[in-house]
Amino acid sequence: MKIHEFQAKEILRRYGVATPRGQVVESAAEAAEICRDWGGRCVVKAQIHAGGRGKGGGVKLAGTPEEAEAIAASILGMQLVTPQTGPEGQTVRKVLIEEALDIASELYLSVTLDRASGKPVLMASASGGMDIEEVAAKDPDAIIRETIDPQLGILPFQARSVASKLGLEGSTGRQAAKLIGSLVTAYLDTDASLVEINPLLITGEGGVVALDAKMNFDDNALFRHPDIREMRDLAEENPLEVEAGKYDLNYIKLDGEIGCMVNGAGLAMATMDIIKLFGGEPANFLDVGGSASEETVQNAFRILISDETVKAVLINIFGGIARADRIANGVVAALQETPDVKLSGVVRLEGTNVEQGRKILQEANYDFIVAKDMADAAQKVVAAAKGGV
Amino acid sequence: MAIWVDNDTRLVVQGITGREGQFHALGCRDYGTNVVAGVTPGKGGQSVEGIPVYDSVAEAREATSCNVSMIFVPPPFAADAIMEAAAAGVELVVCITEGIPVADMLKVRAYLEAHPTRLIGPNCPGIISPGMAKIGIMPGHIHEPGKVGVVSRSGTLTYEAVWQVTNLGLGQSTCIGIGGDPLPGTNFIDTLAAFADDPATEGVILIGEIGGSAEEEAATWVKENLDKPVVGFIAGRTAPPGRRMGHAGAIISGGKGTAQAKTQALTAAGITVAESPAEIGVSMARALEK
Repeated sequence: MKIHEFQAKEILRRYGVATPRGQVVESAAEAAEICRDWGGRCVVKAQIHAGGRGKGGGVKLAGTPEEAEAIAASILGMQLVTPQTGPEGQTVRKVLIEEALDIASELYLSVTLDRASGKPVLMASASGGMDIEEVAAKDPDAIIRETIDPQLGILPFQARSVASKLGLEGSTGRQAAKLIGSLVTAYLDTDASLVEINPLLITGEGGVVALDAKMNFDDNALFRHPDIREMRDLAEENPLEVEAGKYDLNYIKLDGEIGCMVNGAGLAMATMDIIKLFGGEPANFLDVGGSASEETVQNAFRILISDETVKAVLINIFGGIARADRIANGVVAALQETPDVKLSGVVRLEGTNVEQGRKILQEANYDFIVAKDMADAAQKVVAAAKGGV
Repeated sequence: MAIWVDNDTRLVVQGITGREGQFHALGCRDYGTNVVAGVTPGKGGQSVEGIPVYDSVAEAREATSCNVSMIFVPPPFAADAIMEAAAAGVELVVCITEGIPVADMLKVRAYLEAHPTRLIGPNCPGIISPGMAKIGIMPGHIHEPGKVGVVSRSGTLTYEAVWQVTNLGLGQSTCIGIGGDPLPGTNFIDTLAAFADDPATEGVILIGEIGGSAEEEAATWVKENLDKPVVGFIAGRTAPPGRRMGHAGAIISGGKGTAQAKTQALTAAGITVAESPAEIGVSMARALEK
């Protein structure tokens, strides 16, 4: 699960991480007021879940409260397009108004899971800011890495060593080491999957402040963090994905024209791949799960056909625990719900109870194109989407 | 021959009194697996269709000499169940449960370092040596005893590959789903090493997916250590970067873990990579003919 920058800073402050003074607002008038509180100069920051906001014009410095008001008015409600939002962008509903600090240098800090070692890792770099990914790609050695023992947390000597490698000395070094410790504690305590500070600011007076903050969480651990679960902002998520989540469906909206319904994540990805191989574009990823019930499938199919970009649908089911007859019943029930559906549907069923499943589909009042295997199914659905059937 | 499970497997099912646990315990027994015990804390003394239930794995092991465990315990308690089985001396633990927090698996990893127990999963379909033992949720009837070893991070995509192999008359020695989680107990290399030493396995199918670097590491290992033919497939070449495709494992970040990078690594190690998921079986048949 993702949260907003202002929420991440709220959590990190509880762990003693210094951040600029700030207040989140939803109107331009409030922005001017808060800017006055911060002494007349402030930074206006769009609050959306995607990164790269600065590059898209979602972060701006205001020299006066009036300017803050004008900037907030232009950012609030805009479709902010960043390298992480996709071309349609994301609507800005909130802005964070923060005091403007003087910048001596910008560093990078993050904590995440290193799958290779099977342990959390702290990553740091003296070159923070907007181009950290470029730094990481061009010069991986410029990234300082410190493996963390999850039972012990980061040890003080490790934090001191990172601060020293970042070139921080004296009081600044001590503050940085303390902040690193707090960051790792926050990561472990909250079951985060990522904590990222980019940039970590060194002020003119040698202070160490988290100028930006990003936190993602392990969805599987949210059951023990009700306070974090409440921070979820459904407005930031695709409405079809939110709807799918209610039924425990794994659905991700994509840009193509062929709707897919598959059981199992690996087979679902492979189905998207084979569609592309035959010249089509998948409209979504949809995994109905290993043990899909008739009801799940019915909901899944309804979501699939409510996507207006879908021109043809491919159902690819390899029944294991999910029995093919149950899947077929779900599809038929969804079709009865929406009798005016005019899409071509290609079905490939295999595995447990496949004969019963095929029979149910054949007897339904709808012309399914039946495919004999995966390649056949992909070819047929691509042809159907292009109007060949 | 096969790897890790065979006719000597004596299975205990943790979480046997739950709906899924019971269904699959009986499914495994119907396939021919020797299911000797079940465990549910507080329900010791009961029985599930003739399978005796114990309060703890230690009691079950004492009474039945069970040597393999299959876990269907709900996610908040599954890590504890794995460690309990290891403490009781069970040799192989197959954890089917999906949705265990990463932090819990970090504890399990540390705990297992001090125990000889092998963990397969979590979030996996299990392991099957066709004709001998099925420990998991895969449909047994699509398998045939034979010469191809299958190792995969996926569930149903594995069934797809297995079905192709069965239809070509090659059959399987052992099929293992290592699971899609970021911290699997058993990885590709562990499994490949076991297949290398198994005389029944003549060729190996390796099914990976985007995210992480397990396939790249496996490729390096194959190049240096394995002289049996290997066919690979990587799911997710069309997945958009940064999006999660169901498995916690399937996340692409930066240039690492993309289907392209993995395909290149496998090809460089002499592994035949099937372009299409429909050609995994045929590619294996061709590689075995050479």
